[in-house]
Amino acid sequence: MNYTWNWGIFLEPSPEGAGTYADMLLSGLAWTVVTALCSWVIAFTLGSVVGVMRTLPSRTANAIGAAYVEGFRNVPLLVQMFLWYFVLPELLPARLGSAVKQMPDAPFYTAVLCLGFFTAARVAEQVRAGIRALPRGQAQAGLALGLTWAQTYRAVLLPNAYRIILPPLTSEFLNNLKNTSVALTIGLLELTARARSMQEFSFQVFEAFTAATLLYVALNLVVIAGATLLERRVAVPGGR
Amino acid sequence: MHLSHALFLAAVAISAATAPVGAQELSGTLKKVKDTGAITIGYRDASVPFSYLDGNQKPVGYAFEICLKVAAAVKAHLKLDTLEVRLNPVTSATRIPLIANGTIDLECGSTTNNADRQRQAAFTNTHFLTATRFVAKREKGLDKTDDLKGRTVVSTSGTTNIRQINEINTARGLGMRILPAKDHAEAFLMVETGRADAFVMDDVLLAALVAGSKTPDAYAISSEAQSRPEPYGIMLRKDDPAFKAVVDAATAALYKSPEGTALYDKWFTQAIPPRGINLKLPMSEAMRKTLANPSDSPDPAAY
Repeated sequence: MNYTWNWGIFLEPSPEGAGTYADMLLSGLAWTVVTALCSWVIAFTLGSVVGVMRTLPSRTANAIGAAYVEGFRNVPLLVQMFLWYFVLPELLPARLGSAVKQMPDAPFYTAVLCLGFFTAARVAEQVRAGIRALPRGQAQAGLALGLTWAQTYRAVLLPNAYRIILPPLTSEFLNNLKNTSVALTIGLLELTARARSMQEFSFQVFEAFTAATLLYVALNLVVIAGATLLERRVAVPGGR
Repeated sequence: MHLSHALFLAAVAISAATAPVGAQELSGTLKKVKDTGAITIGYRDASVPFSYLDGNQKPVGYAFEICLKVAAAVKAHLKLDTLEVRLNPVTSATRIPLIANGTIDLECGSTTNNADRQRQAAFTNTHFLTATRFVAKREKGLDKTDDLKGRTVVSTSGTTNIRQINEINTARGLGMRILPAKDHAEAFLMVETGRADAFVMDDVLLAALVAGSKTPDAYAISSEAQSRPEPYGIMLRKDDPAFKAVVDAATAALYKSPEGTALYDKWFTQAIPPRGINLKLPMSEAMRKTLANPSDSPDPAAY
């Protein structure tokens, strides 16, 4: 290796005119966090709906849910980003399309939608697995008590299922957080994109990516700590 | 018996290895090339016309051809019978690690030589001068820097150009929205699809993108430049003066000879593969001077 290390680079002013390289990375971190949280809202809500649909007794609901999951799970995320960003606006009516293209922060909204829909397919499978993991007697008991299907899901099945799938959902959230880096391909200035532009300006590639790695790890450790707390809080006393 | 035999063989091997260049000890890249019998050239897949893939997916281009000549000069310097030229694709993100860790020995593309980068790599004599300009659809009538006021502008992430346009934006308070694209093709696509009004980039790359587009006449490149001429150089590992001396001598000899001008004409004023487009960029006065007096200076004022 013939490389000149320069850890002081983070304190040098970045060429973008405002702040240091460290500020540049931190602003990237902020975009990463915001994108991950916003897309998770979509992923969790839509994923739960689709997951429930796949366990309903209705054939149509099942088919729609299955089509959604297979569609979004089988196309690579990178391709989906490209489709949302470049292809979708072309399919809209011309005026709406150009409004979408000229929208401020278009890469951010696109990334949130794309990641949300992509991760929803994966959350849906976990919700389905959680519900399927429950003894069949639980649904039957709920219905026998005179609850409707909706009430059975809300009061009996889902609270139990979510408790079971909390650990894999945590992993899914972490994946979602790391997947935000794919959004750099449509121009979102998140953490990886910032590390890349830092290495391009300064040629200090290893410092830039070391910092990015540490920031991702730190962020994920915070999420894991939070998830562990949540797991303890919602555990059913005496259960498992 | 065994030991002395081995020592004898080792002595023969050492004298054989050092013999062709006389008393001079080989070090760094030259030693590596000598030992492995191979030199590795890093090429870009889409930096037309410097280094890119032709119709047969083989790397070609102006910088690439210069690198082949340098490899031939290295072979002659080391008095090798054969020298294997290995090829390794690089991107703007991988070129520095690959140079630093010894995967590639020469980086042949459109890499700007500047002072910051010289802390991490060495550059041989400048092979091209470019300035930052922008391309926009002709119908938008954008020509001067100030025309970009309040517009959406795209540039390729991590380039010196995006840095310059950011500086101009801040300094002149133009209120542009500057989007980064992951590569030149994507940035140009954003202008083509109307997602951005203008694409800020080295003028030569813009000329290539326009010449290669479906409707070359629909685009106009700004008359005002957003930077001084910037030197492009072939990148080598730094702190390897022996190798740099060989490469510098080879490029200087090439540029000063009629072959240098012929090479320029071949790639910038004539139809080039794979689709026979013509960039129509005759040699500028600054470029003519640079070829006559080769320099590896990173300072735009030197050209």
